[in-house]
Amino acid sequence: MVGIVLVSHSRKIVEGIYELASQMTGGKVPIGIAGGTQDGRLGTDATEIMEEIKKVDEGEGVVVLVDIGSAVMSAQMAIELLGEEYEGKVKIADAPLVEGAIAASVEASIGSDFDKVLLVAEEAKKLNKF
Amino acid sequence: MVITKNDVLKIVDKIVEVIKENKEYLTELDAAIGDADHGINLDRGFDAVKQKLTTLPETTDIGTILKTIGMTLVSTVGGASGPLYGTAFMRAGQVVQGKNELSEEDIVKIFEAALDGIKQRGKAEAGDKTMIDSIEPAYKALKDSLENNIALPEALNRAANAAKEGMEYTKNISARKGRASYLGERSIGHLDPGATSAYLMIKSFSDVVNLS
Repeated sequence: MVGIVLVSHSRKIVEGIYELASQMTGGKVPIGIAGGTQDGRLGTDATEIMEEIKKVDEGEGVVVLVDIGSAVMSAQMAIELLGEEYEGKVKIADAPLVEGAIAASVEASIGSDFDKVLLVAEEAKKLNKF
Repeated sequence: MVITKNDVLKIVDKIVEVIKENKEYLTELDAAIGDADHGINLDRGFDAVKQKLTTLPETTDIGTILKTIGMTLVSTVGGASGPLYGTAFMRAGQVVQGKNELSEEDIVKIFEAALDGIKQRGKAEAGDKTMIDSIEPAYKALKDSLENNIALPEALNRAANAAKEGMEYTKNISARKGRASYLGERSIGHLDPGATSAYLMIKSFSDVVNLS
């Protein structure tokens, strides 16, 4: 199954989205969360993101969803730190974090492949609320 | 003139000290146009760097020291300056891997690698109101000075002056990157916190070399 990693400056944000996405997928999808610094401040940590990617990787790829600013840079850095072994298998979705995470998790839970999960996550930015 | 490993460690100590002294100032600058955490974040990061360096074996080369600083910043800073300065130090470390002293040429290479790393990571250029506005003029001043046979301490002094001018210039322009870009024109009139911390680091480098 495709893995998902959620990245936010706030630990509470990713914990909440994790809860929501896990409920909707019956806990079937490996979802990792990276949020806040080790000493409890708001922020992102590239090494934590890297570890979460490794943790949820089942060999079918990992889609990373991020919030704003340094989350993007830290996630890009995490992917670089993973090296060649993961090249092309981990991508950041250009998608809103909450909607993208739910769309990606549901798509992964029905067994879709990496490209499809990434596409569906990115399509979430076109979702209309009304 | 060469920069020894001991000099590098002295420079790092100086940076740790100067960032700590300017923690509140950097955070105030960031409060005006960003998210008010630049000083606190960098101080935490460099505290962790100081701690981490004490655990490295005596035989550790300069490249590994710089890479270790980079990785430590990446995992402890939290804000955008973590991946940015982290990349800068890691790239700098790569170009002097295995060395126990640095030639003047190596120092130019370090500046170049750090600058390129930050540009790539942040997808920014000079004039965007970022740390690049301090680092790029410093790099150019250093390179020009050394090419014109100016001694390293004076070349670094000129680099620090160029960084200072670049930092001051950020006051006159509007931000195109980072949280401050949300403010657009309203960011004019404020110094960029990243350009300021970059200047402080370059100045620390120059000060240590000029005093030794």
